[in-house]
Amino acid sequence: MNILDDLFINIGQWWTNLLSETLSLQDGVVTVINGLIGGLILALLGVVMVLALTYMERKVFSRLQDRIGPNRWGPLGIFQAVCDAIKMLTKEDIVPDKADKLLFNLAPILMVIPAVLLYAALPFGRGMVGSNLSVGVLYVVGIGSLTGIAVMTAGWSSNNKYGLLGAFRVVAQLVSYEIPMVLSMASVVLLTGSMSLVDIVEKQTIPNFVLMPVAFFIYTTAAMAELGRSPFDLLEADSEIVAGYFIEYSGMKFALFFLAEYINLFAVAGLITTMFLGGWQWPILPGWLWFFIKTFVVIFFFIWMRGSWPRFRIDHMLNFAWKFLVPLALANIMVVALVDKLLQDTGEAVRAAALLSSNILLIIITLAVVAWAGRRSRNVKLEAIVGAR
Amino acid sequence: MSVEQGVFIVLSAITLIGAWIVISNRNLYRAALGMVLSFFGVAGLYALLNAGFLAVAQVLIYIGAISILIIFAIMLTRKIMDREAVQSNNQWVISALVALALFGVIGYTLAFRVADSWAVSDAGLPSEAVAALGEALVTTYALPFEVASVLLLVALVGAIVIAREK
Amino acid sequence: MNVPLTWYLLVAAALFCMGLYGVLSRRNAIGILMSIELMLNAANINLIAFWRYIGPEAMTGQMFALMVFAVAAAEAAVGLAIFIALYRSRNTIVVEDINLLKW
Repeated sequence: MNILDDLFINIGQWWTNLLSETLSLQDGVVTVINGLIGGLILALLGVVMVLALTYMERKVFSRLQDRIGPNRWGPLGIFQAVCDAIKMLTKEDIVPDKADKLLFNLAPILMVIPAVLLYAALPFGRGMVGSNLSVGVLYVVGIGSLTGIAVMTAGWSSNNKYGLLGAFRVVAQLVSYEIPMVLSMASVVLLTGSMSLVDIVEKQTIPNFVLMPVAFFIYTTAAMAELGRSPFDLLEADSEIVAGYFIEYSGMKFALFFLAEYINLFAVAGLITTMFLGGWQWPILPGWLWFFIKTFVVIFFFIWMRGSWPRFRIDHMLNFAWKFLVPLALANIMVVALVDKLLQDTGEAVRAAALLSSNILLIIITLAVVAWAGRRSRNVKLEAIVGAR
Repeated sequence: MSVEQGVFIVLSAITLIGAWIVISNRNLYRAALGMVLSFFGVAGLYALLNAGFLAVAQVLIYIGAISILIIFAIMLTRKIMDREAVQSNNQWVISALVALALFGVIGYTLAFRVADSWAVSDAGLPSEAVAALGEALVTTYALPFEVASVLLLVALVGAIVIAREK
Repeated sequence: MNVPLTWYLLVAAALFCMGLYGVLSRRNAIGILMSIELMLNAANINLIAFWRYIGPEAMTGQMFALMVFAVAAAEAAVGLAIFIALYRSRNTIVVEDINLLKW
């Protein structure tokens, strides 16, 4: 199966040889052309994935709610995404009168840019990565923090009170959930010893979600909140704040926000696959196929969560981030670092078993603390009611 | 004009244009976005200088945190329809002259007096830059590291106390 | 290293002088804070350029720049908290109107 595994690498090698020998171009020019084509392919990959993702989301979500979903256009409704795209392209583009025109037009572009930039660092297969950054993990975190600027620009330039309030809440959520995300990534980097995403995949002989389930849980929750998906979708709660910060957008600009959300979804699911599920590693099938399968499993899990939970209130959400996830992430780092250092010289299996058991111990302690705190607050309320009589 | 020089000129242009927007634009929000553009240019300059970790840290800290903080403060301290107020006070001529004079002095000194007096070293970079930085943080420079963390804690508590509603 | 060291230092000097002009001539307090951040960035460019060209084996230059990052972040946070508290009590953020201590 090595032929299929290296298929894209061989195609790239043939293309580079074609450029440099047959057309005898200089090395610098070949590098630039390859870079441009590679960037274009990655960006197009993101956009093409959006078509598949919107269809998958609507079908799976509707099945979870015991209805059928789109089934008119094409067999099983496959062409629904094309119809959505045509609809959005032909809608009228309304710009509010007193809005800041330059910023109003800039905000959707600023929203898409970080989403697409994430694809440059993901390893899709053995040797297939846009750019093997030595600070790949930090690059991902930094790019993710650019979304806040785009959201604020969108909220401000709409010249709409409710849009601004929605933008405030979104940025509060994004900034709050960045911290547990970074802390759980730090524990992955701790075990791997390198910040490069390619190294993280290659060192995972046992997938990281077996070694560090607590970090996996924290990162998945924080990623769901960063993406703005249910149950953290207070940002675009259609029944509450009427589409939040993109209340004044219509037509293609709205489509760009939508696009940015789904591109981001695929990139973040790819990141979870890379860091916790072992990336492109597994026997028999070619590496890049495994990467896509695992990513789609993660996305299915996200859609499942969306269909199963009610929406969180904003203060519950922020309490959850600051009072539960941050201390848990810090405790997780300490436990992982301690166990890793103490058992540094023993074999793989002993280390893995020790990490797994210490994580399970951490989960048990956390649940006990939460139960004790809940019981205490219920007793306090009960005493208040009983004592007031 | 090699590729590196061309990239340097583009990045410097981005940085200086962003700085120009910060100091001259009447609309405060556009000034904040100009500052973000300038920070991007500076991050690019760091990457050109082979300080990759610092380039990404610049994006994360300055653009991801400080800029959002400044934008929040702009929104919380504006009056209704205050966007187009005059932004320069009545001593702007003298300050422009002072800034130009300072730049002239520094530029003259750099270009003509001390141009070759620094021994440019040909030593290579450490092979694992991030690991070397982390090691330096906890061995040689452990004291500044701890003091910086105390400083950040004090700033965190202080900002919350000052900005709290009584 | 095709780019001479003086080019980096000139760009940093230009950024610093632009920030200086902004500090001296803007009326809005947050505009002044933004110009101060520009000056801190200029100092950082200087530090990293010198680190790269003169002593790239040791990590001293990058460490210094990281400390400047931390100090800039702390100062921005506290400064903005002060501005918000000031706006709440005086209802203005134009620095010329905040003159209670003037004789």
